Amino acid sequence: MYRYDEFDAAFVRERTEQFRYQVERRLKGELNEDQFKPFRLMNGLYLQLHAYMLRVAVPYGTLSAPQLKMLAHIARKYDKGYGHITTRQNIQYNWPKLKDVPDILADLATVEMHAIQTSGNCIRNVTADHFAGAAADEIEDPRPVAEIVRQWSSLHPEFAFLPRKFKVAVSGAAHDRAALKFHDLAIEIVKNDEGRIGYRILVGGGMGRTPYIGYAVGDFVEKPDLLAFLEAVLRVYNENGRRDNIYKARIKVLAQSLGQTEMRERVVREFIEIKRAGTLQVPQEERARIEAYFAPPAFEALNDAPLPTEGALGQWVASNVHKHRAPGYAIATLSLKPIGGVPGDISHEQLDGVAQLMDDFGYAEIRTSHEQNLVLPHVKQSDLPAVFARLKALGLATPNAGLITDIICCPGLDYCDLANARSIPIAQKIAERFADLERQHAIGELKIKMSGCINACGHHHTGHIGILGVDKKGVEFYQLQLGGSATEDAAIGEIMGPGFGENEIVYAVERVVDLYVKLRQPGERFLDTYRRLGMEPFKNIAYQEQLHAAH
Amino acid sequence: MPLIKDGVLAEDLYTAVDDDAPLPEGPVIVSLKRLRAERDSLLGRNQKLGVKLTSAESPESIGSDLERLSLVVLEFPKFRDGRPFSWARILRSRLKFDGEVRASGDFLYDQIAFLQRVGCDAFALPPSVTPALFARALAEMTNVYQPAADGVKTIRQLRSEP
Repeated sequence: MYRYDEFDAAFVRERTEQFRYQVERRLKGELNEDQFKPFRLMNGLYLQLHAYMLRVAVPYGTLSAPQLKMLAHIARKYDKGYGHITTRQNIQYNWPKLKDVPDILADLATVEMHAIQTSGNCIRNVTADHFAGAAADEIEDPRPVAEIVRQWSSLHPEFAFLPRKFKVAVSGAAHDRAALKFHDLAIEIVKNDEGRIGYRILVGGGMGRTPYIGYAVGDFVEKPDLLAFLEAVLRVYNENGRRDNIYKARIKVLAQSLGQTEMRERVVREFIEIKRAGTLQVPQEERARIEAYFAPPAFEALNDAPLPTEGALGQWVASNVHKHRAPGYAIATLSLKPIGGVPGDISHEQLDGVAQLMDDFGYAEIRTSHEQNLVLPHVKQSDLPAVFARLKALGLATPNAGLITDIICCPGLDYCDLANARSIPIAQKIAERFADLERQHAIGELKIKMSGCINACGHHHTGHIGILGVDKKGVEFYQLQLGGSATEDAAIGEIMGPGFGENEIVYAVERVVDLYVKLRQPGERFLDTYRRLGMEPFKNIAYQEQLHAAH
Repeated sequence: MPLIKDGVLAEDLYTAVDDDAPLPEGPVIVSLKRLRAERDSLLGRNQKLGVKLTSAESPESIGSDLERLSLVVLEFPKFRDGRPFSWARILRSRLKFDGEVRASGDFLYDQIAFLQRVGCDAFALPPSVTPALFARALAEMTNVYQPAADGVKTIRQLRSEP
């Protein structure tokens, strides 16, 4: 893991004091809410429906055991005993008091954490593949790149007041687990024909009310040029992004209106100039210094063994354990989606319990995933039964990773100021309907993603089944979208038609899923069957029976 | 409104002039539109000349007349409009402008350090920022992670020093 040096530590400490001063001014009335807002947002503090919400940065989703313990402490001391893992790998607290926030940030700083740039119209906290450093299909660990980007973007003076927020993701694997094509900017680590490693840079992806899939502006950016290239993209965006309409201000809208050719030309023009100035080049020594922090643990020389297949352990292994690059090791997903629970929520007891597990098994790090789960990246296969038993005791062994009840869900109208509809209760009802494990495993990989408004924090556009909550004259309705995908086969889901009522949506989802099970060919995931058959049969079944039910 | 120049309170030698107002004696600040319309007479006055850019106007649109100017004012219509940060950077880094670059309008306390980093050396302080607050704003953060137009050593450079 990355460790702060004296400069990083001083930076976060000073930033905390700076924020403490701002909060004092706000509490004394020297700043009004409008003046305070951009600054609190740059430090991850939102004013929500009922209270402030603090979003703590988990850079590229990597945490140590001491950090987990601190997150537990904060949940206990300043909040209602739990936190919530977000779709950008961060953790947020829903009930902090404004006067406590500077102390929370000071506590976080003691374990090298902060809330810098987790909101606001700036370059947001950088995300990465949650299997980084462990995945069998990886070219290179994306986290050193993400850390270089984190440092460069921290309080970047030119890009702190962009037209809109700017989200960056990094992946170094063949299979895209970081939703690259739906980010404002994505860095894909690639190998060229000569065997050299560099970066493919995508821009203009995004969800929200107008979803777009990003396109490439740089096919192979050399390693030392990375930041110069990023700075070029950001300058083109800062100069030209729309500021007259908040809904058209993301870079995706600029990317569409300029088109790929024009965007590439403008970026390259800036890039050549920035590169020539030389000051932003990332020298080999600095890359090596940062890469050294992310060196993999010393894996023992082991062989792959047959994994357990029987009973509850076998079920958990089937869905929550993934292939590791080192023989004898495995990656394990800790599901934060217990049936009937709030997707992504984790209690202080669970945070402490996971930290203890890490200490006991000698794990240096754990990951948060954009699918709102935790991931232990390096588990010895022979430890899987013991780890499973511990997780079970903590309530973190739900065997549903990647299955229909592993639902991505935004906080919705229960917490959020922007939401039009509740999302958590609907996700809970769907999970309860499909709670039967045999049935879940029989259905196989199926990603349901749900948002309570068109801002799409729950990524509904990229759900195999997406659900969007809308408000129609004070009544909540839920629209279905089918066929979305956030991976390398990126697709935006197709809207089925008019929304379903709160009580009907669960039945509609079930009818769609049952039809898939009936029509699928061997080996087909829901997404594959949908792509083969199209919307028609699913639409017919979803609405047809609704009519029967109404009469 | 108080003017800070090179870190200290300073007298504003310029008069900002509306597009349709007669020109007073002494240095003036005009809009880009007026500079274009009255270019020859403005440049021929043998007085210091400043141009005020709206946030939508890139300094590149001044063209080669930039070298005849001694001041470029960057106007913030709203603090949220961050284009002037890029304009300042372009003035200093690309166009090598070495006259005064002055931030003006609705900028905030929290933006002062950023503005200095991208190349502003003068600040027409908004009512919310006193000279004492201004000084504090520049002292809050010691080191920086990225190069800008201020020539300050970055943390990476400091790391590689013995």
